[in-house]
Amino acid sequence: MQKITKETYIKWYEDMLFWRKFEDKLAAVYIQQKVRGFLHLYNGQEAVLAGALHAMDLSKDKMITAYRNHVQPIGMGVDPKRVMAELFGKATGTSQGLGGSMHIFSKEHRFYGGHGIVGGQIPLGAGIAFGDKYHDSDAVTLCCFGDGAARQGSLHETFNLAMLWNLPVVFVCENNGYAMGTSVKRTASHEDIYKLGLGYEMPCAPVDGMNPIKVAEAFDEAIQRARTGGGPTFLELKTYRYRGHSMSDAQHYRTKAEVEEYKKIDPISQVKDVILSKKYATEADLKKIDADVKKRVLECEKFADESPYPDKSVMYDVVYEQEDYPFLQHKI
Amino acid sequence: MRTIQFREAICEAMSEEMRRDESIYLMGEEVAEYNGAYKASKGMLDEFGAKRVIDTPIAELGFAGIAVGSTMTGNRPIVEYMTFNFSLVGIDQIINNAAKIRQMSGGQFKCPIVFRGPTGSAGQLGATHSQAFESWFANTPGLKVIVPSNVYDAKGLLKAAIRDDDPVIFMESEQMYGDKGEVPDGEYVLPIGVADIKREGTDVTIVSFGKIIKEAYKAADELQKEGISCEIIDLRTVRPLDINAVLDSVKKTNRLVILEEAWPFGNVSTEITYQVQAQAFDYLDAPIVKINTADTPAPYSPELLAEWLPNSNDVVKAVKKVMYK
Repeated sequence: MQKITKETYIKWYEDMLFWRKFEDKLAAVYIQQKVRGFLHLYNGQEAVLAGALHAMDLSKDKMITAYRNHVQPIGMGVDPKRVMAELFGKATGTSQGLGGSMHIFSKEHRFYGGHGIVGGQIPLGAGIAFGDKYHDSDAVTLCCFGDGAARQGSLHETFNLAMLWNLPVVFVCENNGYAMGTSVKRTASHEDIYKLGLGYEMPCAPVDGMNPIKVAEAFDEAIQRARTGGGPTFLELKTYRYRGHSMSDAQHYRTKAEVEEYKKIDPISQVKDVILSKKYATEADLKKIDADVKKRVLECEKFADESPYPDKSVMYDVVYEQEDYPFLQHKI
Repeated sequence: MRTIQFREAICEAMSEEMRRDESIYLMGEEVAEYNGAYKASKGMLDEFGAKRVIDTPIAELGFAGIAVGSTMTGNRPIVEYMTFNFSLVGIDQIINNAAKIRQMSGGQFKCPIVFRGPTGSAGQLGATHSQAFESWFANTPGLKVIVPSNVYDAKGLLKAAIRDDDPVIFMESEQMYGDKGEVPDGEYVLPIGVADIKREGTDVTIVSFGKIIKEAYKAADELQKEGISCEIIDLRTVRPLDINAVLDSVKKTNRLVILEEAWPFGNVSTEITYQVQAQAFDYLDAPIVKINTADTPAPYSPELLAEWLPNSNDVVKAVKKVMYK
């Protein structure tokens, strides 16, 4: 793993702040009805992505996740303007407006979605790793899901097969405490999700998911294990989401005090504190970053706003490989 | 030409394609060391090795999803379901992932994968092992559905399915694996989406597909004795549907009977019925009759099962009905 330096902290601060503000902007434009459907925001969980990206080899490693998926592709290199445009349903979006909030993809940047069915992406992630192993690549796949998905059968079938076939995959449970409105403790007889790895003899561990350094260290070990033929690892990232599950969530399942407790260990604040205490940058430097982030987010909104909606014919063009596929019944 | 069994046609198609393209592998329960539950992959482990002919535990969801995922890193898997009844455990991966990844990614990812195995009834197996889900899969945009009825079609169409860049559901029958038929000595590939006129006739069109088409042949033989000439169209592919072949025949015979081994509500015959009335209403001299299974789960008892399944008598009766005889 590359050393964690002053530059790493500054990058983490800038990236995590951008992701936070990007999501805040989406919440704002959602209220303006520029973005519709479901909208699952990542606020609070940023340290997981920041730490993971630091440990990954972004020239070849891969990522797949569920529907809380706007900022991961941005972290992997996708132009955030195109992600914003996808949520606006515009032709310039990452999937030409066909995917929407839950289905962001980038083949170029090896981000494999963006999946809407809880746990449905878990075997896909192992399959991506299967393909890499088959083709003698040393790339590693990060297969991410939430605490809700940990209760799906797909996880168990995939864990078993991934161990049986020694696949180069890291399973990442981002445990933010709640599957929609159901707390982890209400879904199983114990709360240590990482222990689900034990039954498959898969290396597994809990990780402080609010601290990017702890995250990076855990991912580094897991990724190196996978890259060198050691097979899968299961990491449970203990994290927290500040916002509701989606937009229409009154959050009666938790107290405001609980949310405030987690904000005391906010990943951006933690990184900011280190930057200031170690004098990696001044308050004034960070204010400049804040202003730049704000400007970039506004540029995303402007791009998405000004982009055209897709041509109506596009929905018929991407269902099958063959262009002008003659067998799809068009509406009269 | 040489005569081979249906199971050998399946095996030859897979093996020929795997020799041609290293990215193809076969995965499923009992496909490798056991040589296939119905011996459709006999000898393939020996030829291609364990990397490409892969036994799985009983985890239809897990291995289907892994196979779909591997298409995104350049593989072209063939997934065998011991029967499509078991595919229901993994159908999320077929409907929500295989059929949609291309569309949801705006065309960035393709999903070249074949899910194959037997469909429909196969003797007294009871309700969970006697189901035909052709219309379920065919209802889903993004999938192609192929259901061959003989050895020649099976080999040529399976090769086409494996070469296709879209996910294909390829449905066989436990009761057809022992069927014999002629295939060319050399390589051949049949086009997906082209129906085949298995018998030419003038009085009535019978449309069918898969193993149940044999009941149409029996009925046509009987009706021939009475001077009634049946044209039998084998759809071979359910999606895409070669509706033009059906329309051309109906315009000639003016009468249509559809024979499909599936529950009657909202199935492939229903779709054909709709399309024919929409596009050839004026050519019809009688209401279309469709023959399906009884509208119940499949029974076990032999007398009940015989009653439940469509048979040649049903076809004879239906033909006479559309001919007002």
